[in-house]
Amino acid sequence: MSRSFIARNPSILWFLASLAVFTLVITVLSEGFGIGLIPTAFVKTLGKTLCLCLVAVAMDLIWGYTGILSLGHMAFFAVGGYMTGMWLMYARTEEIVVQALASGPIPATPEEVAQGVTTQIFGVVGGSDLPAIWSFAHSAWLQLPLVLIVPGLLALVFGWLAFRARVNGVYLSILTQAMTLALALYLFQNDSGLRGNNGLSGLQNLPGLGHVSQATTSILFFLASAMLLALGYVLAAFVISGKFGSALRGIRDDEQRLRFLGYPVEGYKLFIFTLTAMIAAIAGAFYYPQAGIINPAELAPIASIYLAVWVAIGGRGRLYGAVIGAAFVSLLSSWFTGGMAPSIPLGFYTIHWVDWWTVLLGLSFVAVTLFAPKGIGGLFDRLAHIATPARHGAALGPNDGALQEKEAQE
Amino acid sequence: MFRLLLPLAVALCLGLPGFAQTLPEILSLERAKIEKPSRQTIGPVIDAITATGDPAAAALLRAWGDRHLGLRKSDGAFFVIAPEGAGWALTAPDGTSAGLAAKADVTELKPNAGVRELIAAALVQFTLSDPDPANRARALDAIAKSPAASQLEPLRAAIAGETDPALKTRKERLDTFLTLQFDPDSAARIAAIQRLEGDTALDARGALNPLLLTTRHAATALPSDENIAAILPADLPGAYDLLVTAGLAPARLTPKDQKDALAAHLRDGAVAGVPLADLATQSGRDKAYEALEQSGAVPPAATDAEVAAALKSHVFYDAYREKDKGVTDAARAALASIDTKVGLMTATDLGLDALSLASIYFLAAIGLAITFGVMRVINMAHGEFIMMGAYTGYVVQQLIPNYTISIVVALPLAFAVTFAAGVAMERLVIRHLYKRPLETLLATFGISIALQQIAKNIFGTQARPLTAPAWLDGQLAFNDIIAISYIRIAIFVLALAFLAFFLWLMKRTRLGLEVRAVTQNPTMAASMGIDPDRINMLTFGLGSGIAGIAGVAIGLFAKVTSELGSDYIVQSFMTVVVGGVGNIWGALAGAAMIGGFQKGIEWLNPANTLAAQTYMILFIILFIQFRPRGIIALKGRAAGD
Amino acid sequence: MQFTRRKLLATVAAALAAPMVAPRFAFAQEAPIKVGILHSLSGTMAISETTLKDTMLMLIEAQNAKGGVLGRKLEAVVVDPASDWPLFAEKARELLTVSKVDVMFGCWTSVSRKSVLPVIEELNGLLFYPVQYEGEESSKNVFYTGAAPNQQAIPAVDYYLNELGVQKFALLGTDYVYPRTTNNILESYLISKGIPKEDIFVNYTPFGHSDWSKIVADVVALGADGKKVGVVSTINGDANIGFYKELAAAGVTADKLPVVAFSVGEEELSGLDTTNLVGHLAAWNYFMSADTPENAAFIKEWKAFIKDDKRVTNDPMEAHYIGFNMWVNAVTAAGTTAVDPVIDAMVGQKFPNLTGGVAEMLPNHHLTKPVLIGEIRADGQFDIISQTEPVPGDAWTDFLPASAVLESDWKDLKCGMYNTETKTCVQLTSNY
Repeated sequence: MSRSFIARNPSILWFLASLAVFTLVITVLSEGFGIGLIPTAFVKTLGKTLCLCLVAVAMDLIWGYTGILSLGHMAFFAVGGYMTGMWLMYARTEEIVVQALASGPIPATPEEVAQGVTTQIFGVVGGSDLPAIWSFAHSAWLQLPLVLIVPGLLALVFGWLAFRARVNGVYLSILTQAMTLALALYLFQNDSGLRGNNGLSGLQNLPGLGHVSQATTSILFFLASAMLLALGYVLAAFVISGKFGSALRGIRDDEQRLRFLGYPVEGYKLFIFTLTAMIAAIAGAFYYPQAGIINPAELAPIASIYLAVWVAIGGRGRLYGAVIGAAFVSLLSSWFTGGMAPSIPLGFYTIHWVDWWTVLLGLSFVAVTLFAPKGIGGLFDRLAHIATPARHGAALGPNDGALQEKEAQE
Repeated sequence: MFRLLLPLAVALCLGLPGFAQTLPEILSLERAKIEKPSRQTIGPVIDAITATGDPAAAALLRAWGDRHLGLRKSDGAFFVIAPEGAGWALTAPDGTSAGLAAKADVTELKPNAGVRELIAAALVQFTLSDPDPANRARALDAIAKSPAASQLEPLRAAIAGETDPALKTRKERLDTFLTLQFDPDSAARIAAIQRLEGDTALDARGALNPLLLTTRHAATALPSDENIAAILPADLPGAYDLLVTAGLAPARLTPKDQKDALAAHLRDGAVAGVPLADLATQSGRDKAYEALEQSGAVPPAATDAEVAAALKSHVFYDAYREKDKGVTDAARAALASIDTKVGLMTATDLGLDALSLASIYFLAAIGLAITFGVMRVINMAHGEFIMMGAYTGYVVQQLIPNYTISIVVALPLAFAVTFAAGVAMERLVIRHLYKRPLETLLATFGISIALQQIAKNIFGTQARPLTAPAWLDGQLAFNDIIAISYIRIAIFVLALAFLAFFLWLMKRTRLGLEVRAVTQNPTMAASMGIDPDRINMLTFGLGSGIAGIAGVAIGLFAKVTSELGSDYIVQSFMTVVVGGVGNIWGALAGAAMIGGFQKGIEWLNPANTLAAQTYMILFIILFIQFRPRGIIALKGRAAGD
Repeated sequence: MQFTRRKLLATVAAALAAPMVAPRFAFAQEAPIKVGILHSLSGTMAISETTLKDTMLMLIEAQNAKGGVLGRKLEAVVVDPASDWPLFAEKARELLTVSKVDVMFGCWTSVSRKSVLPVIEELNGLLFYPVQYEGEESSKNVFYTGAAPNQQAIPAVDYYLNELGVQKFALLGTDYVYPRTTNNILESYLISKGIPKEDIFVNYTPFGHSDWSKIVADVVALGADGKKVGVVSTINGDANIGFYKELAAAGVTADKLPVVAFSVGEEELSGLDTTNLVGHLAAWNYFMSADTPENAAFIKEWKAFIKDDKRVTNDPMEAHYIGFNMWVNAVTAAGTTAVDPVIDAMVGQKFPNLTGGVAEMLPNHHLTKPVLIGEIRADGQFDIISQTEPVPGDAWTDFLPASAVLESDWKDLKCGMYNTETKTCVQLTSNY
């Protein structure tokens, strides 16, 4: 099965090989394990970009292949981050508190340690009790599975409600956006017990690894993110191959017809919605320790729209397109907003990219949707000689950008 | 209390023979205090000034309170100052002119609001029967702000001679307030209280409520000399703390005290025979502490049983500060009659707020109801059209300084600007994406962030002022509780006007007919001679134009920033979706529901407005599960898919 | 697939090369001293932070005109963290490791500071933080030139209690850490002053809130029990505009119901028509209307630098002004820009305030500053009606039980979180 699966999808091999070479080169050039040509800050950026690529793969699964434009996947991503963040923060603070209490004459009781941790974490936001949602945070074994369970359950319940009520198309997009907004607003509240606007910070300091330099941890995280991306990519490729994948594409192209043919469309949609939410959550769980801080602004609705845009620019319905889109746009974005792009003097006005990059980005969405619905991935179609046959009549489905012609030939 | 005693004490001091001083003497003696006055210390000085009986004292105090008193830097003399050219015209306290002085030579005295209040109170005796009604009104304001027993007699004396009927009513009302508070005669007070029955005004409640202030006590038996409001059960929270503060019981042992006590008795790695390692649990610590207690090394701490016994053997009660039972009973009865009314009125006010919020949502969403509801085009840049309208208003106000004219110009101009922008967007982008709704969403989102950033680049990130004309200032107040600002009324009227306009346009005009035709079946409409392209363009322009006008209105009541639009976009979509797509009544119902619901939650949880917004959205998500097509769903073929 | 790699590598190379090929000024023989400026130039906070970036550029330009520091020119390295909190940490790391700056001036929101803290503590950087904040923090690597709660909030409430005789408080704030902590401190302070808990009304609103009618009505209704009500506002940014407009519409004048704001300054008022707000209050350590020669010179320099006669100055600008000049003096005293000697030389530095008097850097890395209370005037400026003697900033408030026992002293105790009861250093790094 495996051989034929890879053989049917040569792009997987190509992708894995490129990813391996890329990680190797970065590791060799890094400060932590190599010759120190790449600063740690940039290794972190690359590591984070890999996590973004993974969530883009998830987005491609749900949008490019299943045709559900979810504007909520960055919320799952952030919830995953919050779940790891809680453990990281608790464990790191516990180390400090235990150390501080150990200097006293009387050994500390577990209650005192817990109280000390609470004061440290919530003193900043004016709380003195540990909120109930932190019940599992003291134990990695209890807390880390929540990275999958919480977003998975959230997606399952939301998806079940929405799909059962036959909400689809743009309505579903708006509804997912509303869910994201509600979640963000909820987390913005101090009373939600996740430190409100401040969020969870200092996540880059791993508990028990205080002596390890950030140069080293950044590379470890980078490698882990690369591994995760590879796994996620193969998983996604596996899901979309075979009958299951065909059914997904069927839903995208004509949901009514598929339902009429007797497929449990809602079940398929629910499965893929939950699966991609969990992939997004894992990506988030690895992203935020590299970013160092997570706060509710991370799950503002706009983040999820950006995610859709990465996939659109990279090319929908092609897993590699999603990866390219996410990497390309997010790296380009940080290059432009970093003040590194040279300004363009026009004589009467100087274009500072810090000011104008967003405008350029916005207009490029318009350009991509209008003129290049296949995105950057379309270039690969040319390379691979997948030409759109000269057909007359209607397009295969509502999403012009997807790789329908090739799929139709299979 | 302090405020009442102070003038009394001062009066006593000043009453001593040989203490009287002239105004100039006081001014030079107390210069430092007058220059940098504090409410805590300035009282005696003000009283001394009024006590001089100098006719100039009142004028001086008034100038001081109005911040027209200056200190000449060269000699430290006080002058009443008035702006004259680039400098000040000086007038000595006795009324003689002292010429001009440069601004730099005079320190303006700026007493703070607390000091100004004292000055105004001191001026009351001079102005209560002043010939100028404005001054009399100021005296009444001062009494209302700082009522005192000493004002009762002068006020009563001034009622009879009052000619202005409005002022007379105010004086009588103030007399009621002062009487119920300060009159020595209990019957007069009760009568005054009864006069306020059913009066919902804030000042009436403000006068009655202090009579019912209580303090909480613990005692071994109920005292007979207290006016007791309520006897409390012994299990009330904090009861034991009350006993501890009253000195009736020993304090409980806190974990920290326990730990400190243990640390103090740490000997050779053990406390009272309990090894140190065992102290890492609470039970170990308790054991060690008990051992210490038995050896008498630490004072015994109250155990649970002792706490229970102490609580049982004491009574807890709330006592009124007002000792006169007749007065408190009357006040309670009066307030009870007021409270029901107040509750009703608060609900009405909340209803008005909800109505106002709903009209704002409706106004923001009405353009969307056209573009999304009728044409099924997802326009994420709708919010930015609102923003463009608001900025148009701002620019117009920069060019036309008269606020009324500028608003009159800005409204149609905002429509024109956003109409043009909408038409341009429809022609250039949306037209190509009619069959791909999800991609319209993305493309318009791209336009949205581009427009937002362009606005930032042009106007900066700072919020810009958009000021309503003076006739929209203030509020329509039915009483102290039910009030709504005129600007909100204007928005409400505007929303109604647009509803009417929309209905007229769709049902009564050729354009509306064509729009409906194109929406229902473009091909058929085209074969009937309607140009669908033109209709789509016009409809989209119309929706965008209305968004622009909404922008001016929203800018007037809130703020003008580049992020203005994104604040409203999700709510606007919610409004349309909840209400039911394709129907203006639906948008109206949606806005009413969202506005009402949000205010309702705010009322339930007044401390956290954010929670209201969160739960409102959750509610919408759930609502859509049960009515996926909204409140007013289209039926049949028009519903499409 | 090779295309991907090439593209990525090209981006990598470009990103690496860009900061190195940007020499701005090349006048001194010796390498210039690099000053990192970490203020958002885009996103929601750009509204406030861009001004501070310009202030820093002005100060650096003026210092270079005076011959720089230690005979070396200063070079500003400006980055844009784009109001994105994780990006603050990333940019701080970049400034310290790639641009190798000697000192950073930056951050506005507490969350951005908390994001940067672990990075600068790890890499031993130096940050000057210019904004009033909630306290409860002390880092060896940060100098807090803005007000701690005891330099703004507590004196303002004292003014209410003593001068205006306020008996009932409405604490209104935007829902984030600064208002939350400040209100917490104020609540326990007020209770210690004998104000019962039920006379303290607290409300939190989201950022950019615009529908204030209900809240204003609630606050007005507080007056029903005959006590004098005062509003303490920690409402942030844009939301103030709607709030003040609603206050004005409801006819809430300053003598009926005063509002003292901690986040509203000259800059925020420039977006408002203030005629209806005359008499409402703000508490800061600096007002543009302060009548001193230093302030007049500063305002003149600022208007000339920004080429706009209408621009206003504000409190965080003064904080940067003091912080920057202290840093210059500390570097001169230490004879090096190395972080540890400069930190040691900073403590005890004195520099004249723009409002008169002298600010001193304390061992807890906070300043002594006078507290000013101003009443809003019709022209958008403030009448200074109260100015205290300089108040020493307190990192750990005395009004919360958990932090009352804590002390920060980087000079003798060498600890930012020293427990005075147990006489131990709780932790050396700050809590974030």
